[in-house]
Amino acid sequence: MQYRFALVGNPNCGKTTMFNEITGNTQYVGNWPGVTIEKKEGKARKFKEDIRIIDLPGIYSLSPYSMEEIIARDYILDEKPDVVINIVDATNIERNLYLTTQLIELDIPVVVALNIIDEVEARGDKIYTEILEKSLGVPVICTSASKGRGVDEVVQKALEIAQAAASKDEIAKPVMFDEKVEKSIAKVQELVASYPLKKKIHNVRWSSLKLLEGDEREIEKFGVPEKLLEDIKIIRDELEREYDNDIETVIADNRYRFISDVVSKAVRRKSRQGELTVSDKIDKVVTNRILAIPIFLLVMFAVFHVTFGEIGSFIVDWVDVFINETVAGFISELLVSAGAAEWLHELIVSGIIGGMGSMLVFVPQIMILFFFISLLEDSGYMARAAFVMDRLLRKFGLSGKSFIPMFMGFGCSTPAVMATRTLENDKDRKLTIMLIPFMSCSARLPVYALFTSAFFAKNQSLVIFSIYVLGIVVAVLSGILLKNTVLKGETAPFVMELPPYRIPTLKGVGIHMLDRGKTFVKKAGTVIFSASVVIFFLQSFNFSLQMVEDPGDSMFGAIGKLIAPIFAPLGFGNWKPAVALLTGFVAKEVVVATMGILHGIGEAAEDSVELVGALQSSFTPLSAYAFMAFTLLYLPCVAAFAAIKREMNSWKWTLFTIGYQTAFAWIVAFIIFQGGRLLGLG
Amino acid sequence: MSLKELKPGEKGIIIKISGEGAVKRRLMDMGVTRGAEVLVRKVAPLGDPIEVNIRGYELTFRKSEAENILVEKM
Repeated sequence: MQYRFALVGNPNCGKTTMFNEITGNTQYVGNWPGVTIEKKEGKARKFKEDIRIIDLPGIYSLSPYSMEEIIARDYILDEKPDVVINIVDATNIERNLYLTTQLIELDIPVVVALNIIDEVEARGDKIYTEILEKSLGVPVICTSASKGRGVDEVVQKALEIAQAAASKDEIAKPVMFDEKVEKSIAKVQELVASYPLKKKIHNVRWSSLKLLEGDEREIEKFGVPEKLLEDIKIIRDELEREYDNDIETVIADNRYRFISDVVSKAVRRKSRQGELTVSDKIDKVVTNRILAIPIFLLVMFAVFHVTFGEIGSFIVDWVDVFINETVAGFISELLVSAGAAEWLHELIVSGIIGGMGSMLVFVPQIMILFFFISLLEDSGYMARAAFVMDRLLRKFGLSGKSFIPMFMGFGCSTPAVMATRTLENDKDRKLTIMLIPFMSCSARLPVYALFTSAFFAKNQSLVIFSIYVLGIVVAVLSGILLKNTVLKGETAPFVMELPPYRIPTLKGVGIHMLDRGKTFVKKAGTVIFSASVVIFFLQSFNFSLQMVEDPGDSMFGAIGKLIAPIFAPLGFGNWKPAVALLTGFVAKEVVVATMGILHGIGEAAEDSVELVGALQSSFTPLSAYAFMAFTLLYLPCVAAFAAIKREMNSWKWTLFTIGYQTAFAWIVAFIIFQGGRLLGLG
Repeated sequence: MSLKELKPGEKGIIIKISGEGAVKRRLMDMGVTRGAEVLVRKVAPLGDPIEVNIRGYELTFRKSEAENILVEKM
């Protein structure tokens, strides 16, 4: 027999930490609301029974309107897990219990895990779990998922309940609404019973409440007839008149009144409310009116300086030497001594090692960047950055919540696009998704590194920095443009929780960093490996599958020559860069690998002397800059493309996005090259 | 008066939330309901949004949202 337990709770209450603790998994945990954007499943260790744990995205309520909330709600309502483990952040008990009041109305057994209880205890407060249990009618267990405390007990309890549930014990549910509301629910229940419905309603009370509230998903699900809806509306109108308020407010007020009552009995606070906590004290400085923006800029500068400045470059150089000299040299010798054929030697050393090596050297830099991203997330600073930046971002049609995905875009567009699920407003989401690829992702760095070392050796980091700025400027201009054209509409609301600051754990940051590094290596090992091989063949053979001496006669040469004229006004009308850009769709790093292969250079690393020489003969500094700008802005890689398609859920919008980006890239590169020529720079 | 009129450091009790739709529901989900005590912590450096303390945690929303929340100053 298999049991399924779903972890349900508010965003940022420790669900993923709990999930990792129960399953022994290493999912990424952050300290900002909305880290888990898809449901994840794992098997509980330490138990001999087959227990599946499902980690759902955080939700504040069961009447959801952001995408991740719909995922969670649909899972609970449609898949019906055996037990819902409701994780309640004990340090923020009132708001967390709001969801609990909704969960206990369903006909799925609930176990409450009162998480982060250690912080409550450290404050000197006390929560009487027996009172909570009695008031809510469900078992309550104190836990501290990050310390492993109480976790097994929760699973054990859920297991007992799941096994006992077979005996059909009715659980007594608390009365949380006042008389008038209860009466109205009873009336709807009577009405519902007297109407034939398409589908049998299992939990009549809950569905009646939902119908009273006018929940559209429920109405649709049961195919509620028009007449019944009208009759329910009469009851609703009466209730709304009595309260002089709309139904949603009446129900929410009722729930919070019930919660306030429960909390006043079950919680003894030692600390006077409103007293400054450590988190408040940090915030006094970090989001201070005068200091907030300088601190924000300093943090951003520090992240980029360490990642892309001397420290980052030093590590990259070191790895470069290791792969492209030590490893490549060793394998090359090995192949020669084994008497391998010339073409095989070429394929392995130039194609595979050259292609993959040029990407692998950036693994450390990517890991450093993600180290900072997760440090900022785990500490709680990201939410503050959203708070500080909201006003500015709104000018570009975005919201403060867009900041987090946009910033992640500097690491990798794919997870960044997925992170937009935390935005509730569809227009904001679309715009954020469209602008994320303009944030220069780490995969584009190898391209800049190669071209700047060839043409701007003296002020390499300054030129790379200017490309990053160019991306931001284009995003800002696009935001203003799109907001006033295709994405017109009301300004979306901005309501966000600011989680307390927490000290990031080495484990948490480490998991994230290694995870990203692993993903990148895997990508280099699969996508880029195959791409390198394919590119090698495409440039070695012609359409009659004969090996060619001059790559210009190859299949690639033919395709490149066909599309090259498009790029001529941008300063790089040669077939080689045209082909390189084409292969960049596989992954942006491949642009460098292709350049290396096309110029017949094995170690296509960013400072490879031969490649630099070859580039210098076909580019000028001006056309090189236009090429970098084009690489930055044109259509994203296939992985990001797939993520955009998935999140937009529309081919029209996806194609518009990449078409817009590519057109913008062409225009910008055109302005750079032609403008530069007019100014006498090229 | 509306919550927007409260200055940082001032406290109020929520009387009513006007407006409707998703914003109102979200605010209520977050615990901004009648009778709740709310303390205005600060205004963001660029003048918007604001940060409040409600039901023991920190919440941020824009002044345009605060305008719809009616409070009685404490």
